[in-house]
Formats: sequence, C-alpha cells, structure tokens
Amino acid sequence: MRKLTRGEQIFNIFNVLFLFLMIVISIYPMLYVFFAAFSTPSAYMRQGGNKLLFCPVGFSLASFKAVFKNPSIWTGYGSTIFILAVGVPINIVFTMIGAYVLSRKQLRIRRFLSLLILFTMYFSGGMIPIYLNVRNFGLDGSLWALIIPNAINTFNLIIMRTAFEEVPDSLEEAAKLDGASQLTILFKIMVPLVVPTIAVLILYYAVYHWNSWFNAMLFIHKREKYPLQLILRELIIQNSSIFSSELSTSGAEDEMISETIKYATIVVATVPILAAYPFLQKYFVKGIMVGAVKG
Amino acid sequence: MAQKEDFEQSITQTAEPKKKKSDRKSDRFSLALDFRRNTELYFIFIPVLLYYLFFHYFPMYGAVIAFKDFAPSRGIAGSQWVGFKHFISFFSSYYFWPLIRNTLVLSISNLVFGFPAPVILAILINELRSKSYARVVQTATYLPHFISLVVICGMIVQFTRDNGWITHLLTLFGMPRQTMLNNKDLFVPIYVISGIWQESGWGSIIYLAALAGIDQDLYEAAEIDGANQFQKILHISLPGILPTIVILFIMRVGRIMSMGAEKVILIYNAAIYDTADIISSYVYRRGIIGTDWSFSTAVGLFNSLVNFILVISVNTLSRRLTEMSLW
Repeated sequence: MRKLTRGEQIFNIFNVLFLFLMIVISIYPMLYVFFAAFSTPSAYMRQGGNKLLFCPVGFSLASFKAVFKNPSIWTGYGSTIFILAVGVPINIVFTMIGAYVLSRKQLRIRRFLSLLILFTMYFSGGMIPIYLNVRNFGLDGSLWALIIPNAINTFNLIIMRTAFEEVPDSLEEAAKLDGASQLTILFKIMVPLVVPTIAVLILYYAVYHWNSWFNAMLFIHKREKYPLQLILRELIIQNSSIFSSELSTSGAEDEMISETIKYATIVVATVPILAAYPFLQKYFVKGIMVGAVKG
Repeated sequence: MAQKEDFEQSITQTAEPKKKKSDRKSDRFSLALDFRRNTELYFIFIPVLLYYLFFHYFPMYGAVIAFKDFAPSRGIAGSQWVGFKHFISFFSSYYFWPLIRNTLVLSISNLVFGFPAPVILAILINELRSKSYARVVQTATYLPHFISLVVICGMIVQFTRDNGWITHLLTLFGMPRQTMLNNKDLFVPIYVISGIWQESGWGSIIYLAALAGIDQDLYEAAEIDGANQFQKILHISLPGILPTIVILFIMRVGRIMSMGAEKVILIYNAAIYDTADIISSYVYRRGIIGTDWSFSTAVGLFNSLVNFILVISVNTLSRRLTEMSLW
C-alpha cells in the first residue's frame, strides 16, 4: 500500500471521529431513557429533568414497580403475544401458498394472477373503505381485525415467490412422478429449501405485528384488549395519569413519578426487542438483500 | 431486472388472448386443460385469492362511496349517487391547498434531506480502515430502526417538551425554551430529523452491499494511476452505487404524495395543524373520528389516484431516461 497523503490522513481521522459521533447520537436517546427510568423520581425532577444525563440521578426501582403494578402493561403484552402467536403462522402459510402457486411456471394464468396481486401494491381503496370493509366482515372490536385483513403482505409474497422460483424444476417433477400431491411438494420439498427466506419473513411479519398500533386504534375499543403499542401510546404520548392515583397521595409526588414512569414503561416495552436484536440483526440484513435483488 | 421482464411479459401475456378468433378457441381449450392439469394448484390458491378479493378488491369497490352519500344503514349499493359533489367540495374547501402544501413540504423535505443521508453514511463507513470499527458503527446506527414507532414518537414528544433535554440543548444555542411540538415551524424539522435519525443506518445497508459488490481491481488500477482516496470515492464508489441510488430514488419520488398518517398522528396536535396536517391525517380525522364517510373517501381516493399516476409516470420516465425501472 502506498503512503497516505496529508489530506487523506486528516480525512480518515475526521471520518473515524464523525462516525463515533454518529454512534453516540444513535444510541444516546435510548441510554437516556434507561438512565431516567432508573432514577429516583424526585431527584430526576429536581435536577435531571432538563439536562443531559450520563448516569441515573440517584437510583430507584420505584418507577418499575409502578409500571409492573399497572395491569394494562400485562394485558397489552397478552394481546400482542396473541396476535404474534396466531397472526404470524397465518401470515406465513398464506404467503407461502400464494407465492408457491405464483411461482409455478406451468400455470397459464400465472401472469394474470400476479398482475392482480401486484396491482394492490400500487393502488388501494384508501383508509376509509378499508375500515368500513373490516367492519362489514364483523371483525370490529376483535383482535382478528388485526390479523386476517393483514394476512398477506404483497411485498413479502414477492420475496417468497422469488425464492421458490430459484428451486430447480426437476425437484418438483421428480416428486410428481413419485405421485406426490402439490401440498406435499410444497411442505415436504420446497419449504426445507427456502428456510432462510421463511426465517426472514417470520421476522418481518413479527416486527410488523409488534410495531403496529394504527389498526388497533381503529378496531379495538376495549382497553383490556389493547395491544402493547396502543397502551404505550396512551401512557407515553397521551399523558394518561392512570398510574398516579395508586402510588402516592400528594399531587406533586404524582407529577414527579409520572415522568420517570414513562421512561420505565419504554424500557419494559423495548427490552425484549433490544435483547433479541443482536441475534436477529443478520437475518434482517439478509432480508433486505433478498428483497433488494429481485424486489 | 428480473421483475421488469416479469412485468413486461405479464402485460404481453394478458394482451395475448385478443389476437385472433381462431386462436381464442384453442386458448380457451388449453385454459380448461390447464385447470384440469393443475386442479390442485388452483384449489390451494383459493384462500389467497379470496383474501385479495375480500381485503383488497372489496375496499376498491367500497371506494365508490366517494360518489355517493353513504349511510351505513343503507349500505354501499343502497346509498344515493351524488356524482362529484364530495370532490368538488374538497377542491373548493379552505383546507385543500394547505393540505397539498403540507403533504408536499413534508415529503419533499423528507426526500431532500433524508435520501442522501444513508448514501453518505454508507460511503463513510466504507472508507473506514478498521472493519471491526465499521461493524460497531453499523450495529449502533441500525439500532433505532428496531424501536417501534410509538416509542420513537414518545421519545420525540418527551425530549422536545419545554423541559426535555433536546430543548435544553437547543436553548444553549439561543432557541427560546418552548414545547417544540407546539411551534408550527418546528414540526417539519422534527419529523424529518427524527426520521433521518431512525432510518439512515438501516437505509445504508443496501448501499454498503452495493459498495461491497464493486470490483476491487478498479480501486487498485486507480491507485496505480495515482488516484487519491477522494478521487476513488468520486470516480469509482459513487458511479458503482449509482444504479442503486437511482432505483431507490425513483421509488421515493413515486411515493411523494403518499405520506402515511401514522407518525404525523402520533406527534402532531391541534395547535400545529397549520403545518402538520397532511392529506392522510385529515382523512383520518374527517372519516374515522368525524364519520364523514363519503367526503373522506373522496379525499382518500383523490390521493390514491394521484399516487398511482405518479408511480406510473415516474417509472415510465425513468425507463426512458435511464433504462432503469421498477418493472
């Protein structure tokens, strides 16, 4: 390697420093949340509230105790877990079947069916007709309203179709000669060959259900059925003071603890994702590539 | 692009049955044969087809209420036709231009500032000598992508309140202490910057992959010719990822009018509707909250049509100019 010029050396040093700044900016907001959540509520309000924090102000688990006492965190987790446990398998099976059929080249109306499905990516009836349609199906108020109308994401279906198309035709033909049915071919022969893609899609759908709140806001009306994100919205953004009355008697005290409680709530609702993140990161990255190459 | 071929073929394929009369007959015959041969495939496809019919095409039919005075008790078919009444009332309403303007300002700012960020980040990461440091940078910058939108918006709201740390930080640079989201001039910057913060790292993945795909011989050859680091970035790295940049840019431009309502609804408030209210959030308030079904459907349909036309024309234009397109 040749020697670096002066300009290049300076650039490289600045580059390293600049990207270090990016690291800090990326993770500091989350760190702040942790620091605030573990702070003593009154101390946080007195001295921490409007400053940058580099460690918790005092140390207290009071905010977490309050969060865990709140039943809606648990019902929220319950609903979200139900949606994940039921929704993701439905997503995967539907997506797999649709993608498999659309990947079969012997099908004459394959092009037409693909077009029918692709069209929905670029044109939709809009928010209101979709809302009224779900109500027409009698799903209003039920968690199924968050699962069935979103059984397939067309983009994911295309990713899956691409994966099936790459499986050599000879495998299907050989299985057919042995008298295998299409479903047997799909689940016994094809699926084992596209496991990495399926893993990526499980992740995509799971993240979708985990993050989604808008549909829940439209269709779920009982608080005890709210999924986690809707509960979070209420507690963090809409400044609900559901916590305060249980905890202390004086109003000022309420005010104090309600601030740190918000942060503790964020921690409780985000830790599962952050804990899984290091293990899942590579699947996500793989997923982005799968989607990008043939999207 | 594989998809492009697919799509072109699909168009010519669907157009095929119109060819000749004699051909038509054999087409129909082979279609029947096709059904008989692949009964099983067609059969297992039924649930998927029903899904698309029920949850995508029904709502498209449902959008006809934009031309009616929809009353839930009478149903879609039973409601009175009113022609373009709702469209005209939207176009002539006080809200029309502000909504268009807000939607465009928000989404163009998002595009202008948000689009280059991951490209620059990817190039800078690519220039790092230490691969392990590069991995640390990547892991850290991807992180915000994994936090749910509700939590992100919760943090935005908290941090930019009059006693939030971001507000505090900015007062050091002379900004008056205020709840930033109550200031209508700050909504767009907050929306855009938080978006850059959340998605740049994640967005850089695809460019990093493109950079990794560039032939290393090119860099070596350039070095022998005496090119320095900046010249290599300018003449090898950037041209190398240009196709990726173009295709992603097309996608973004095509969606310029289709700003989703979710993030806006999470962080805006009535005090800043002047700049923060966009078409989709307006549809939500008028339709879902105000139960003004037909009017809000008309607004939404207008928006869908504009989006559709935009995607098609941007794609066609790009195919003519750059030979790159989504299909």
